[in-house]
Amino acid sequence: MRKFIFIAVLALLCSSGLLGQNFVTKNGNIRFYSEGKIEKIEAMNHQVNAAMNSQTGDFVFKVLMKSFQFEKALMQEHFNENYVESDKFPTATFLGKVANIKDVNFTKDGSYPATVEGKLTIHGVSHDVKATGTFEVKKDVVQGKAKFFVTLADYNINIPSAVVSNIAKAVEVTVDVTLEKFNK
Amino acid sequence: MSKITRLFLVLLTLVQPIFLFAQNDLMNLLDDKKPTTDYTTATFKTSRIVIGQSVENPAQGDMLFIITHHFGALNTGYENLFGLKQASIRLGAEYGLTKRIGFGLGLNTDRNTWDGFIKVKVLRQSKGARNMPVSLSIFGNTAIYTTKWEVPERTNYFSSRISYAMQIILARKFGNSLSLQLTPSYVHRNMVASYQDHNDVFSVGFGGRVKISERVSLNAEYHYLFPGQIKSEKVYSSLSAGIDIETGGHVFQIFLTNSAGENEESYLTATRGSWSKGDIFLGFNITRIFTIIPQKLGRD
Repeated sequence: MRKFIFIAVLALLCSSGLLGQNFVTKNGNIRFYSEGKIEKIEAMNHQVNAAMNSQTGDFVFKVLMKSFQFEKALMQEHFNENYVESDKFPTATFLGKVANIKDVNFTKDGSYPATVEGKLTIHGVSHDVKATGTFEVKKDVVQGKAKFFVTLADYNINIPSAVVSNIAKAVEVTVDVTLEKFNK
Repeated sequence: MSKITRLFLVLLTLVQPIFLFAQNDLMNLLDDKKPTTDYTTATFKTSRIVIGQSVENPAQGDMLFIITHHFGALNTGYENLFGLKQASIRLGAEYGLTKRIGFGLGLNTDRNTWDGFIKVKVLRQSKGARNMPVSLSIFGNTAIYTTKWEVPERTNYFSSRISYAMQIILARKFGNSLSLQLTPSYVHRNMVASYQDHNDVFSVGFGGRVKISERVSLNAEYHYLFPGQIKSEKVYSSLSAGIDIETGGHVFQIFLTNSAGENEESYLTATRGSWSKGDIFLGFNITRIFTIIPQKLGRD
Protein backbone atom coordinates (compact mmCIF):
# COMPACT_ATOMS: atom_id res chain seq x y z
CA MET A 1 0.00 0.00 0.00
CA ARG A 2 2.85 2.38 0.68
CA LYS A 3 3.97 1.68 -2.85
CA PHE A 4 0.76 3.35 -4.11
CA ILE A 5 1.50 6.54 -2.24
CA PHE A 6 5.07 6.47 -3.46
CA ILE A 7 4.00 6.11 -7.10
CA ALA A 8 1.35 8.80 -6.73
CA VAL A 9 3.80 11.26 -5.23
CA LEU A 10 6.33 10.41 -7.90
CA ALA A 11 3.74 11.02 -10.61
CA LEU A 12 2.88 14.33 -8.99
CA LEU A 13 6.51 15.38 -8.92
CA CYS A 14 7.20 14.26 -12.47
CA SER A 15 4.23 15.89 -14.10
CA SER A 16 4.65 19.17 -12.30
CA GLY A 17 8.04 19.34 -13.91
CA LEU A 18 9.91 19.62 -10.65
CA LEU A 19 12.36 17.01 -11.78
CA GLY A 20 13.01 18.56 -15.16
CA GLN A 21 15.05 21.53 -16.15
CA ASN A 22 13.44 24.52 -17.83
CA PHE A 23 15.16 26.09 -20.82
CA VAL A 24 14.10 29.56 -21.88
CA THR A 25 14.85 32.25 -24.46
CA LYS A 26 13.45 35.72 -25.06
CA ASN A 27 15.32 36.48 -28.25
CA GLY A 28 14.83 33.50 -30.48
CA ASN A 29 14.45 33.83 -34.23
CA ILE A 30 11.56 33.08 -36.52
CA ARG A 31 11.73 33.77 -40.23
CA PHE A 32 8.90 33.39 -42.61
CA TYR A 33 9.21 33.26 -46.30
CA SER A 34 6.59 33.30 -49.00
CA GLU A 35 7.43 32.80 -52.62
CA GLY A 36 4.50 33.99 -54.68
CA LYS A 37 4.41 34.09 -58.47
CA ILE A 38 5.25 37.78 -58.52
CA GLU A 39 7.24 38.56 -55.42
CA LYS A 40 9.08 37.07 -52.51
CA ILE A 41 8.13 38.11 -49.02
CA GLU A 42 10.48 37.60 -46.13
CA ALA A 43 10.07 38.65 -42.52
CA MET A 44 12.23 38.17 -39.45
CA ASN A 45 11.39 38.23 -35.77
CA HIS A 46 14.30 38.31 -33.35
CA GLN A 47 12.26 38.62 -30.17
CA VAL A 48 10.72 35.19 -30.02
CA ASN A 49 9.91 33.85 -26.56
CA ALA A 50 10.20 30.10 -26.07
CA ALA A 51 10.44 27.71 -23.15
CA MET A 52 10.95 23.98 -22.89
CA ASN A 53 11.06 21.44 -20.10
CA SER A 54 13.70 18.77 -20.58
CA GLN A 55 11.77 16.20 -18.54
CA THR A 56 8.25 16.49 -19.84
CA GLY A 57 9.18 17.73 -23.30
CA ASP A 58 6.66 20.55 -22.98
CA PHE A 59 7.61 23.22 -25.49
CA VAL A 60 5.88 26.60 -25.78
CA PHE A 61 6.33 29.69 -27.92
CA LYS A 62 4.96 33.19 -27.65
CA VAL A 63 5.53 35.58 -30.53
CA LEU A 64 4.58 39.23 -30.74
CA MET A 65 3.26 39.76 -34.26
CA LYS A 66 4.32 43.41 -34.41
CA SER A 67 7.95 42.32 -33.92
CA PHE A 68 8.11 40.84 -37.42
CA GLN A 69 10.32 43.01 -39.58
CA PHE A 70 9.92 43.23 -43.34
CA GLU A 71 12.18 44.81 -45.92
CA LYS A 72 9.29 46.88 -47.18
CA ALA A 73 7.57 49.00 -44.54
CA LEU A 74 4.36 48.82 -46.55
CA MET A 75 4.35 45.03 -46.37
CA GLN A 76 4.83 45.26 -42.63
CA GLU A 77 1.90 47.66 -42.40
CA HIS A 78 -0.32 45.40 -44.51
CA PHE A 79 0.77 42.33 -42.53
CA ASN A 80 -0.26 43.95 -39.24
CA GLU A 81 -3.29 45.88 -40.51
CA ASN A 82 -4.89 43.61 -43.08
CA TYR A 83 -3.68 40.06 -42.68
CA VAL A 84 -2.91 39.05 -39.09
CA GLU A 85 -4.72 42.04 -37.51
CA SER A 86 -2.11 42.56 -34.82
CA ASP A 87 -4.22 44.99 -32.81
CA LYS A 88 -6.91 42.34 -32.34
CA PHE A 89 -4.55 39.36 -32.11
CA PRO A 90 -1.22 40.69 -30.83
CA THR A 91 0.49 37.35 -30.24
CA ALA A 92 0.87 33.97 -31.85
CA THR A 93 1.37 31.03 -29.49
CA PHE A 94 2.43 27.44 -29.71
CA LEU A 95 1.64 24.93 -26.96
CA GLY A 96 3.19 21.57 -27.65
CA LYS A 97 5.53 18.81 -26.81
CA VAL A 98 8.75 17.32 -28.03
CA ALA A 99 7.43 13.88 -28.93
CA ASN A 100 10.77 12.14 -28.55
CA ILE A 101 12.16 14.09 -25.59
CA LYS A 102 13.57 10.87 -24.13
CA ASP A 103 15.95 10.60 -27.09
CA VAL A 104 17.57 13.94 -26.28
CA ASN A 105 20.39 13.66 -23.77
CA PHE A 106 20.70 17.10 -22.22
CA THR A 107 23.84 16.13 -20.35
CA LYS A 108 25.79 15.15 -23.43
CA ASP A 109 26.81 17.56 -26.19
CA GLY A 110 25.58 16.62 -29.60
CA SER A 111 22.87 16.96 -32.21
CA TYR A 112 19.58 15.15 -31.73
CA PRO A 113 16.72 14.86 -34.21
CA ALA A 114 13.41 15.92 -32.73
CA THR A 115 9.72 15.94 -33.56
CA VAL A 116 7.56 18.66 -32.09
CA GLU A 117 3.77 18.49 -32.07
CA GLY A 118 1.21 20.86 -30.71
CA LYS A 119 -1.30 23.61 -31.18
CA LEU A 120 -0.31 26.70 -33.10
CA THR A 121 -2.53 29.76 -32.63
CA ILE A 122 -2.28 32.60 -35.14
CA HIS A 123 -4.89 35.28 -35.85
CA GLY A 124 -7.01 33.78 -33.05
CA VAL A 125 -7.28 30.41 -34.82
CA SER A 126 -5.71 27.21 -33.47
CA HIS A 127 -4.45 24.32 -35.53
CA ASP A 128 -2.44 21.20 -34.80
CA VAL A 129 1.00 21.33 -36.34
CA LYS A 130 3.94 18.97 -36.46
CA ALA A 131 7.51 19.84 -37.29
CA THR A 132 10.77 17.98 -37.40
CA GLY A 133 14.07 19.55 -36.56
CA THR A 134 17.10 19.21 -34.39
CA PHE A 135 18.25 20.02 -30.89
CA GLU A 136 21.91 20.83 -30.51
CA VAL A 137 23.08 20.47 -26.94
CA LYS A 138 26.20 22.39 -26.03
CA LYS A 139 27.02 22.71 -22.36
CA ASP A 140 24.06 24.47 -20.72
CA VAL A 141 22.58 25.69 -23.98
CA VAL A 142 20.14 23.95 -26.32
CA GLN A 143 19.68 25.24 -29.84
CA GLY A 144 16.44 24.16 -31.46
CA LYS A 145 15.94 24.41 -35.21
CA ALA A 146 12.94 23.45 -37.27
CA LYS A 147 11.23 24.26 -40.53
CA PHE A 148 7.57 23.79 -41.39
CA PHE A 149 4.80 25.25 -43.50
CA VAL A 150 1.81 27.27 -42.40
CA THR A 151 -1.22 27.39 -44.69
CA LEU A 152 -2.67 30.88 -44.42
CA ALA A 153 -6.24 29.81 -45.11
CA ASP A 154 -6.14 27.53 -42.03
CA TYR A 155 -5.82 30.60 -39.85
CA ASN A 156 -8.54 32.67 -41.54
CA ILE A 157 -5.95 34.89 -43.18
CA ASN A 158 -7.62 36.01 -46.37
CA ILE A 159 -5.66 37.05 -49.40
CA PRO A 160 -7.71 39.32 -51.68
CA SER A 161 -7.92 38.15 -55.27
CA ALA A 162 -6.04 41.24 -56.51
CA VAL A 163 -2.84 40.16 -54.76
CA VAL A 164 -3.38 36.41 -54.70
CA SER A 165 -0.44 35.80 -57.02
CA ASN A 166 1.89 37.88 -54.81
CA ILE A 167 1.52 35.71 -51.74
CA ALA A 168 2.12 31.98 -51.43
CA LYS A 169 -0.75 29.91 -50.03
CA ALA A 170 1.63 28.25 -47.59
CA VAL A 171 4.50 30.15 -46.05
CA GLU A 172 7.70 28.53 -44.91
CA VAL A 173 8.45 29.10 -41.23
CA THR A 174 11.98 28.64 -39.96
CA VAL A 175 12.52 28.51 -36.21
CA ASP A 176 15.91 28.94 -34.61
CA VAL A 177 15.94 29.36 -30.84
CA THR A 178 18.87 29.18 -28.47
CA LEU A 179 17.44 28.10 -25.14
CA GLU A 180 19.34 28.64 -21.94
CA LYS A 181 18.96 26.97 -18.56
CA PHE A 182 16.41 28.80 -16.46
CA ASN A 183 17.09 28.51 -12.76
CA LYS A 184 14.56 29.63 -10.25
CA MET B 1 -12.80 1.69 -0.47
CA SER B 2 -9.74 1.57 1.64
CA LYS B 3 -8.19 4.72 2.99
CA ILE B 4 -5.15 4.23 0.85
CA THR B 5 -7.10 3.90 -2.38
CA ARG B 6 -9.05 7.02 -1.49
CA LEU B 7 -5.82 8.90 -0.89
CA PHE B 8 -4.49 7.65 -4.19
CA LEU B 9 -7.58 8.94 -6.02
CA VAL B 10 -7.29 12.29 -4.34
CA LEU B 11 -3.68 12.52 -5.39
CA LEU B 12 -4.58 11.48 -8.90
CA THR B 13 -7.09 14.29 -9.23
CA LEU B 14 -4.44 16.66 -7.97
CA VAL B 15 -1.96 15.38 -10.50
CA GLN B 16 -4.31 15.74 -13.43
CA PRO B 17 -4.66 19.54 -13.52
CA ILE B 18 -0.98 20.04 -12.84
CA PHE B 19 -0.22 17.84 -15.80
CA LEU B 20 -2.55 19.88 -18.00
CA PHE B 21 -1.22 23.21 -16.88
CA ALA B 22 2.47 22.36 -17.19
CA GLN B 23 2.57 24.11 -20.55
CA ASN B 24 0.85 27.14 -19.09
CA ASP B 25 3.45 27.23 -16.33
CA LEU B 26 6.10 27.37 -19.01
CA MET B 27 4.08 30.08 -20.76
CA ASN B 28 4.12 32.11 -17.57
CA LEU B 29 7.90 32.08 -17.67
CA LEU B 30 7.63 33.98 -20.95
CA ASP B 31 5.49 36.80 -19.69
CA ASP B 32 7.33 40.04 -20.01
CA LYS B 33 7.87 41.77 -16.72
CA LYS B 34 8.61 45.13 -18.30
CA PRO B 35 5.90 46.53 -20.56
CA THR B 36 6.78 47.52 -24.11
CA THR B 37 5.50 50.47 -26.11
CA ASP B 38 3.04 49.74 -28.88
CA TYR B 39 3.05 52.54 -31.45
CA THR B 40 -0.07 53.11 -33.51
CA THR B 41 0.44 52.60 -37.21
CA ALA B 42 -1.60 53.45 -40.30
CA THR B 43 -3.80 56.16 -38.80
CA PHE B 44 -4.46 57.02 -42.44
CA LYS B 45 -3.66 54.98 -45.53
CA THR B 46 -1.54 57.61 -47.16
CA SER B 47 -0.14 61.09 -46.67
CA ARG B 48 -3.45 62.78 -47.67
CA ILE B 49 -6.85 62.49 -46.06
CA VAL B 50 -8.58 63.72 -49.19
CA ILE B 51 -6.84 66.78 -50.59
CA GLY B 52 -5.07 67.94 -47.43
CA GLN B 53 -2.16 66.50 -45.51
CA SER B 54 -2.72 63.62 -43.12
CA VAL B 55 -0.52 62.92 -40.13
CA GLU B 56 1.26 60.18 -42.09
CA ASN B 57 4.69 60.30 -43.65
CA PRO B 58 6.29 57.81 -46.02
CA ALA B 59 8.13 55.13 -44.00
CA GLN B 60 11.85 55.63 -43.70
CA GLY B 61 13.42 54.82 -47.05
CA ASP B 62 10.10 54.81 -48.92
CA MET B 63 9.19 57.11 -51.78
CA LEU B 64 5.64 58.01 -52.72
CA PHE B 65 4.56 59.28 -56.09
CA ILE B 66 1.26 61.07 -55.95
CA ILE B 67 -0.73 62.12 -58.97
CA THR B 68 -3.53 64.46 -57.97
CA HIS B 69 -6.13 65.32 -60.55
CA HIS B 70 -9.12 67.62 -60.25
CA PHE B 71 -11.54 67.86 -63.16
CA GLY B 72 -13.59 70.97 -63.90
CA ALA B 73 -16.80 71.85 -62.08
CA LEU B 74 -19.75 69.48 -62.42
CA ASN B 75 -22.20 72.37 -62.96
CA THR B 76 -20.60 73.46 -66.24
CA GLY B 77 -23.04 71.31 -68.20
CA TYR B 78 -22.87 68.88 -71.07
CA GLU B 79 -21.02 71.32 -73.37
CA ASN B 80 -18.13 71.02 -70.93
CA LEU B 81 -18.87 67.32 -70.30
CA PHE B 82 -19.58 68.23 -66.67
CA GLY B 83 -16.00 69.29 -66.10
CA LEU B 84 -14.23 66.43 -67.83
CA LYS B 85 -12.72 68.85 -70.33
CA GLN B 86 -10.65 70.62 -67.71
CA ALA B 87 -7.92 69.35 -65.52
CA SER B 88 -5.85 70.71 -62.71
CA ILE B 89 -3.03 68.40 -61.79
CA ARG B 90 -0.30 68.11 -59.23
CA LEU B 91 2.56 65.67 -59.68
CA GLY B 92 4.27 65.02 -56.39
CA ALA B 93 6.99 62.94 -54.82
CA GLU B 94 7.60 62.37 -51.13
CA TYR B 95 10.42 60.65 -49.33
CA GLY B 96 10.81 59.34 -45.79
CA LEU B 97 14.23 60.53 -44.71
CA THR B 98 13.92 59.14 -41.18
CA LYS B 99 11.17 57.58 -39.13
CA ARG B 100 10.05 61.10 -38.25
CA ILE B 101 11.08 63.38 -41.11
CA GLY B 102 9.54 63.36 -44.57
CA PHE B 103 9.86 65.87 -47.37
CA GLY B 104 8.26 66.33 -50.73
CA LEU B 105 8.19 68.24 -53.97
CA GLY B 106 5.30 68.99 -56.26
CA LEU B 107 4.49 70.63 -59.56
CA ASN B 108 1.00 72.09 -59.96
CA THR B 109 -0.60 73.05 -63.26
CA ASP B 110 -2.37 75.83 -61.33
CA ARG B 111 -0.17 78.85 -62.25
CA ASN B 112 2.80 76.46 -62.79
CA THR B 113 3.34 76.35 -59.08
CA TRP B 114 6.24 74.43 -57.58
CA ASP B 115 5.93 73.45 -53.96
CA GLY B 116 8.33 71.92 -51.50
CA PHE B 117 7.48 70.75 -48.02
CA ILE B 118 8.72 69.09 -44.90
CA LYS B 119 6.60 67.13 -42.43
CA VAL B 120 7.95 66.10 -39.05
CA LYS B 121 6.33 63.60 -36.71
CA VAL B 122 6.73 65.13 -33.26
CA LEU B 123 4.52 62.79 -31.24
CA ARG B 124 3.42 59.28 -32.07
CA GLN B 125 0.27 57.78 -30.59
CA SER B 126 1.22 54.84 -28.40
CA LYS B 127 0.17 52.71 -25.49
CA GLY B 128 2.02 50.48 -23.08
CA ALA B 129 5.20 51.68 -21.41
CA ARG B 130 4.78 55.03 -23.10
CA ASN B 131 1.23 56.27 -23.29
CA MET B 132 0.44 58.98 -25.84
CA PRO B 133 -3.18 59.63 -26.83
CA VAL B 134 -2.46 61.43 -30.11
CA SER B 135 -0.02 61.71 -32.98
CA LEU B 136 1.23 65.18 -33.82
CA SER B 137 3.05 66.28 -36.95
CA ILE B 138 4.20 69.69 -38.06
CA PHE B 139 3.99 70.54 -41.72
CA GLY B 140 5.54 73.48 -43.54
CA ASN B 141 5.70 74.28 -47.22
CA THR B 142 6.79 76.93 -49.65
CA ALA B 143 5.03 77.42 -52.96
CA ILE B 144 6.31 79.49 -55.89
CA TYR B 145 4.17 80.20 -58.91
CA THR B 146 6.12 80.58 -62.12
CA THR B 147 3.72 81.82 -64.80
CA LYS B 148 4.41 85.18 -66.46
CA TRP B 149 3.66 88.32 -64.46
CA GLU B 150 0.08 89.40 -64.83
CA VAL B 151 1.07 93.08 -65.04
CA PRO B 152 4.58 93.12 -66.53
CA GLU B 153 4.64 96.95 -66.75
CA ARG B 154 5.01 97.46 -63.05
CA THR B 155 8.02 96.54 -60.92
CA ASN B 156 7.61 92.94 -59.93
CA TYR B 157 9.59 91.21 -57.23
CA PHE B 158 10.37 87.51 -57.24
CA SER B 159 9.28 87.31 -53.62
CA SER B 160 5.73 88.16 -54.73
CA ARG B 161 5.53 84.68 -56.25
CA ILE B 162 6.05 82.98 -52.92
CA SER B 163 3.62 81.78 -50.30
CA TYR B 164 4.09 79.67 -47.21
CA ALA B 165 1.83 77.31 -45.30
CA MET B 166 2.21 75.81 -41.88
CA GLN B 167 0.00 73.22 -40.24
CA ILE B 168 -0.12 71.52 -36.89
CA ILE B 169 -1.58 68.08 -37.51
CA LEU B 170 -3.15 66.38 -34.52
CA ALA B 171 -4.59 62.92 -35.11
CA ARG B 172 -5.92 59.98 -33.19
CA LYS B 173 -6.76 56.48 -34.35
CA PHE B 174 -9.78 55.22 -32.40
CA GLY B 175 -9.60 51.47 -32.75
CA ASN B 176 -9.12 49.86 -36.09
CA SER B 177 -11.61 51.69 -38.25
CA LEU B 178 -11.99 55.30 -37.09
CA SER B 179 -9.33 58.00 -37.31
CA LEU B 180 -9.88 61.72 -36.70
CA GLN B 181 -7.66 64.68 -37.33
CA LEU B 182 -7.58 68.34 -36.32
CA THR B 183 -5.47 70.60 -38.50
CA PRO B 184 -5.01 74.28 -37.63
CA SER B 185 -3.43 75.99 -40.63
CA TYR B 186 -1.67 79.25 -41.29
CA VAL B 187 -0.91 80.53 -44.78
CA HIS B 188 1.21 83.56 -45.54
CA ARG B 189 1.06 85.03 -49.02
CA ASN B 190 3.71 87.58 -49.89
CA MET B 191 1.40 89.26 -52.37
CA VAL B 192 -2.37 89.38 -52.34
CA ALA B 193 -4.87 90.56 -54.93
CA SER B 194 -6.07 93.57 -52.98
CA TYR B 195 -5.22 95.69 -49.95
CA GLN B 196 -8.48 94.38 -48.47
CA ASP B 197 -7.05 90.89 -48.23
CA HIS B 198 -4.94 89.69 -45.37
CA ASN B 199 -1.51 88.29 -46.13
CA ASP B 200 -1.85 85.93 -43.18
CA VAL B 201 -4.81 83.58 -43.48
CA PHE B 202 -5.92 81.27 -40.70
CA SER B 203 -8.14 78.22 -40.91
CA VAL B 204 -8.84 75.08 -38.98
CA GLY B 205 -9.33 71.69 -40.57
CA PHE B 206 -11.37 68.71 -39.41
CA GLY B 207 -10.86 65.39 -41.13
CA GLY B 208 -11.37 61.73 -40.66
CA ARG B 209 -11.82 58.33 -42.11
CA VAL B 210 -14.01 55.33 -41.41
CA LYS B 211 -12.90 51.97 -42.72
CA ILE B 212 -15.71 50.03 -44.36
CA SER B 213 -13.48 47.04 -45.10
CA GLU B 214 -9.82 46.19 -44.57
CA ARG B 215 -8.86 48.01 -47.73
CA VAL B 216 -11.60 50.57 -48.33
CA SER B 217 -12.45 53.64 -46.28
CA LEU B 218 -14.66 56.71 -46.48
CA ASN B 219 -12.79 59.95 -45.94
CA ALA B 220 -13.88 63.53 -45.44
CA GLU B 221 -12.17 66.80 -44.75
CA TYR B 222 -13.33 70.34 -44.01
CA HIS B 223 -11.13 73.41 -43.61
CA TYR B 224 -13.04 76.21 -41.94
CA LEU B 225 -11.74 79.53 -43.20
CA PHE B 226 -12.17 82.22 -40.53
CA PRO B 227 -14.32 85.02 -42.02
CA GLY B 228 -13.14 88.53 -42.87
CA GLN B 229 -9.68 87.59 -44.08
CA ILE B 230 -10.26 87.69 -47.84
CA LYS B 231 -12.64 90.39 -49.05
CA SER B 232 -11.70 91.14 -52.66
CA GLU B 233 -13.45 88.00 -53.90
CA LYS B 234 -15.83 85.40 -52.59
CA VAL B 235 -13.93 82.40 -51.25
CA TYR B 236 -15.28 79.43 -49.36
CA SER B 237 -14.15 76.89 -46.85
CA SER B 238 -12.80 73.76 -48.52
CA LEU B 239 -14.95 70.65 -48.18
CA SER B 240 -14.01 67.31 -49.68
CA ALA B 241 -15.28 63.78 -49.32
CA GLY B 242 -14.31 60.57 -50.98
CA ILE B 243 -13.31 56.97 -50.85
CA ASP B 244 -9.87 55.37 -50.33
CA ILE B 245 -9.14 52.08 -52.02
CA GLU B 246 -5.92 50.38 -51.14
CA THR B 247 -4.42 47.68 -53.30
CA GLY B 248 -0.92 46.19 -52.92
CA GLY B 249 1.39 49.14 -53.55
CA HIS B 250 -1.20 51.74 -54.57
CA VAL B 251 -3.76 53.86 -52.81
CA PHE B 252 -6.55 55.24 -54.98
CA GLN B 253 -8.57 58.14 -53.63
CA ILE B 254 -11.64 59.25 -55.53
CA PHE B 255 -13.47 62.29 -54.22
CA LEU B 256 -15.63 65.34 -54.70
CA THR B 257 -14.39 68.76 -53.61
CA ASN B 258 -15.15 72.45 -54.04
CA SER B 259 -11.43 73.27 -54.33
CA ALA B 260 -10.02 73.53 -57.82
CA GLY B 261 -6.38 73.62 -56.77
CA GLU B 262 -4.19 71.10 -55.04
CA ASN B 263 -1.55 72.80 -52.97
CA GLU B 264 -2.14 74.20 -49.47
CA GLU B 265 -2.12 77.86 -50.41
CA SER B 266 -4.66 77.14 -53.11
CA TYR B 267 -7.26 75.10 -51.23
CA LEU B 268 -6.91 77.03 -47.96
CA THR B 269 -7.14 80.56 -49.39
CA ALA B 270 -8.50 80.27 -52.91
CA THR B 271 -11.40 77.81 -52.84
CA ARG B 272 -13.79 79.66 -55.12
CA GLY B 273 -16.28 76.86 -55.57
CA SER B 274 -19.44 76.56 -53.53
CA TRP B 275 -21.04 73.19 -52.84
CA SER B 276 -24.51 74.74 -52.71
CA LYS B 277 -24.07 76.29 -56.17
CA GLY B 278 -22.82 73.03 -57.62
CA ASP B 279 -19.21 74.13 -58.11
CA ILE B 280 -18.10 70.62 -57.33
CA PHE B 281 -14.99 69.05 -58.78
CA LEU B 282 -14.50 65.35 -59.27
CA GLY B 283 -10.95 64.38 -58.41
CA PHE B 284 -8.63 61.53 -57.67
CA ASN B 285 -5.24 60.87 -56.12
CA ILE B 286 -3.15 57.91 -57.10
CA THR B 287 -0.36 57.13 -54.65
CA ARG B 288 2.29 54.61 -55.60
CA ILE B 289 4.77 53.52 -52.96
CA PHE B 290 8.32 52.45 -53.77
CA THR B 291 10.86 51.12 -51.32
CA ILE B 292 14.16 52.86 -52.04
CA ILE B 293 16.12 51.71 -48.99
CA PRO B 294 14.82 48.40 -47.58
CA GLN B 295 14.44 48.04 -43.85
CA LYS B 296 17.05 45.85 -42.18
CA LEU B 297 15.91 42.43 -41.09
CA GLY B 298 18.89 41.87 -38.79
CA ARG B 299 19.08 42.52 -35.11
CA ASP B 300 19.16 46.16 -34.09
